[in-house]
Amino acid sequence: MGWDLKSDRPIYAQLIEQIELMIVSGMYPPGSKLPSVRDLASDASVNPNTMQRALSQLETDGLLFAQRTSGRFVTEDVSKIMETKRNLAVEQVNEFLEKMSRLGYDRKQTVDLLQSTEEES
Amino acid sequence: MDNILECRNLVKLFPNCMALNGVDLEIPKGRIIGLLGPNGSGKSTLMKLANGLLTPTQGEILINGKAPGVESKKVVSYLPERTYLTEWMTVQDMTDLFADFYADFNKEKAFGMFKRLAINPKLRIKTMSKGTKEKVQLILVMSREAELYLLDEPIGGVDPAARDFILDTIIGNYNENATVLISTHLISDVEKVLDDVIFINQGGIVLKASVDDIREKQDKSVDALFREVFKC
Repeated sequence: MGWDLKSDRPIYAQLIEQIELMIVSGMYPPGSKLPSVRDLASDASVNPNTMQRALSQLETDGLLFAQRTSGRFVTEDVSKIMETKRNLAVEQVNEFLEKMSRLGYDRKQTVDLLQSTEEES
Repeated sequence: MDNILECRNLVKLFPNCMALNGVDLEIPKGRIIGLLGPNGSGKSTLMKLANGLLTPTQGEILINGKAPGVESKKVVSYLPERTYLTEWMTVQDMTDLFADFYADFNKEKAFGMFKRLAINPKLRIKTMSKGTKEKVQLILVMSREAELYLLDEPIGGVDPAARDFILDTIIGNYNENATVLISTHLISDVEKVLDDVIFINQGGIVLKASVDDIREKQDKSVDALFREVFKC
């Protein structure tokens, strides 16, 4: 998966989101080893210090854990991953609802439209 | 010693021109820093002072706590704004010269990069285009295991693909003891790889902040902030 970084938001925050996405989507399954900071930074074309900061935050959040000499791993706690997945999904829904309300759709109209669109496709 | 580069009340006066006006600056180890400013703001002057190519009118500039000199040149790798390759030499000759000159030069690294950019080491410098010369020069500079890299406009003259390669090289070369100072106008290209930016204007430091701080507090990219601060 490619890295998609926008220019108007903090880079580390975007790195956190994208690594979360890689974990919940199963690209890095529970308990698997993450590439080194250097490799990840080089892959995303970002500063290694920034990547380090993002990974430390994910460690604090409990999604990753570090093992002294052997590197960083994805947590084996599947419920933690599911929780992250749900949070990401809620964010997406909120963003969507926000955009729909700007278009003048209230909740009910939005839900109706969602259903009818799905039936059509 | 945590700072690789320090300036204290650094002043450089040229005839009829105050190039640097009392600059105080501390640059720590292990950072990638952008030195950004409009034309004639003093970026190149600062880099030349750090290399001992110019001497301060007042104040001091210190590399690893010492004034620029023989010792500092061992640990500073400098890419000037103009290439200084010897035209009649081949890339191989230039590489050998660098390896003779600098104890920290890594030939393997240099030839690896020449290969990736499809530069034939047997070619003479004078047969090369301006952009290719700049690539050769940058590769030679980045192939040293230095503590401080001073890169004056490293990506100005090269194509966008080579730009990415250069930035990758800078990231790949990163280690926690080495600091890279990059001066450039092409801010949007480099801002992802920078820790901090320094805005300089009319010989003075206007702003020093981390890239993520700027994005967080101002809600805009460094490029956008630069355009705002230096609006003509």
